[in-house]
Amino acid sequence: MARKLQGLQTIAFDLSPKIVGSATIAGPKEKKGNLAPYIDNLVPDPMLGEQTPEKAERKLLYQTCQEALARAKLTEHDMDFFLGGDLLNQIISSSFCARDLGIPFIGIYGACSSIVEGLGLGAMLVDGEYADQVLIATSSHYQASERQFRYPIELNIQHKGTSQWTVTGAGAAVLSTQGEGPRITCVTFGRVTDYGIKSPDIMGAAMAPAANDTLCRHFQDTNTSPGDYDLVLTGDLGNMGQKLFMDLAKEAGHTLGTKHMDVGATIYKPQQRAGAGGSGCACAALGILGYVIKEMYQGRYRRVLALATGALFSPLSYQQGDSIAGIAHAIVMENP
Amino acid sequence: MDYLKAFLVGGAICAIAQIIHDNTELSPAHILVGLVMVGAVLGGLGVYDLLVDFAGAGALVPVSGFGNAIVNGMLNEVKRLGWEGLFTGAFEITGLGVTTAIIFGALMAVLFRPKG
Amino acid sequence: MDKATHDLHDSYQQMVKVATPKPNYVKNIALAFLAGGGICVIGQLVYNLVDPVEPTSAETAAITLATMIALGALATGLGVYDWLAERVGMGAAVPITGFSNTVTAAAMEFKREGYLLGMGAKMFVIAGPVLVYGILSGFAITLLRAVFTGMLF
Repeated sequence: MARKLQGLQTIAFDLSPKIVGSATIAGPKEKKGNLAPYIDNLVPDPMLGEQTPEKAERKLLYQTCQEALARAKLTEHDMDFFLGGDLLNQIISSSFCARDLGIPFIGIYGACSSIVEGLGLGAMLVDGEYADQVLIATSSHYQASERQFRYPIELNIQHKGTSQWTVTGAGAAVLSTQGEGPRITCVTFGRVTDYGIKSPDIMGAAMAPAANDTLCRHFQDTNTSPGDYDLVLTGDLGNMGQKLFMDLAKEAGHTLGTKHMDVGATIYKPQQRAGAGGSGCACAALGILGYVIKEMYQGRYRRVLALATGALFSPLSYQQGDSIAGIAHAIVMENP
Repeated sequence: MDYLKAFLVGGAICAIAQIIHDNTELSPAHILVGLVMVGAVLGGLGVYDLLVDFAGAGALVPVSGFGNAIVNGMLNEVKRLGWEGLFTGAFEITGLGVTTAIIFGALMAVLFRPKG
Repeated sequence: MDKATHDLHDSYQQMVKVATPKPNYVKNIALAFLAGGGICVIGQLVYNLVDPVEPTSAETAAITLATMIALGALATGLGVYDWLAERVGMGAAVPITGFSNTVTAAAMEFKREGYLLGMGAKMFVIAGPVLVYGILSGFAITLLRAVFTGMLF
């Protein structure tokens, strides 16, 4: 039995790597939303002066990485590895950003759950003493995702109330054992869960079972319950998905109540016409590295369970009639 | 009077499409294809032209009118040429519109960027 | 898929159905009606302007459609059409201006991948099905009518 493996799918850390620097960036729509006070950088132009949204996303990611490094008072030369992921085909945002940073790169993909997948893997590298410092970053961009997964931007589409709006933004974090910041004490990697949802207009419903599965496994593995956490954060379930998640969790015997917050359901205001809420790799990243970290510094939260969910599909797979599977990964963040 | 008829009939066709959109999983593309096929079939049966006579642009402008225009072009050409008309007629009336769409589409693409 | 999984999926579908918020039908339909009707009134205006100078009603119809297509393309280029469609739904999608919007929106979007393989290849990525199925169904019905009315043989 592996010494650090706790239960079925949770890894508990001895050294508890700390998030010693982090930064977030987002666009103008997020600026008008509820999480704006927690985001470090709000850019007025979602294209950042670039010709294509793909190039703009790359720039968001790169700028956030530099900002996170600066806040950790480190440079790219101090980083042993860079873990990055995004939604675009062949994770081009992360790999081009890694090219510019020059840090040895481990590309990851977990759709919108990538930030927690990255933080979990990064914490494992540091805790296992395979690295001293690692950089983790993820990004998404409304226009770039829309053209890849859905339709051209100027098309006459009336979004359904259940569909979600991809967040334009990025988040980056530096993990190290040296320095100050919230600790990551364990990670639970989730199973791919598929309850047969086929419509990409209800991605929250596709991801809710995965979130519930990982939540239950986490409580079981760590022998904890909702009462042990100040906040249970989910990434981008949206209004409809969070309702289903709460119902599923309740059926499984976990009442979350007011301890639960979903970033996707919170990030935009109702009048912003964002359907069921935000989604995308940046959504959970802004919630965890923006909202949670800042509130932890303020002392409002001491122990947070952060669950990021991802919808696993491609335009090809759903056009071929395949259902949309979900995944969720969880980390526990604690104040020293 | 013809403006009122155009408004009512055109609006009604759009409203029916909206009812389908809100109550089914069909994508807008499916609904538009369905409408153009309905227009073509009603055109072939000679029914759609009665609606055009009544409502003018109210029946011409919805995409069902486009399906009707395809069939009318084919029928005109069949009368003129015989069976070849089945193959030359599709764009007889709609060709003007399709070419306009290509030229203006290309022009807009050169001039403007998507704003999001 | 075994029975237990099947039942699980079924019961979850029920949960999802209950959790799905209902759209505001009355508002959506009213807006689609008003906007679609309004666009047709503009079409009627064009028709009435063109009618006196064109010899046949088919030509008047063709020019009306082309003018509406040009207007739809312009509104798309200026970024107005998707704003309108987000609010009025099918009221903007069903009129021929919406067909024009699909062509122009695709052209603008895919220009970034080059004028040939981007814009050129993908201009009809959404409008294509409308043309294809319009022509297929038109061909079938015209053939039937021509055969049954003795136009061909």
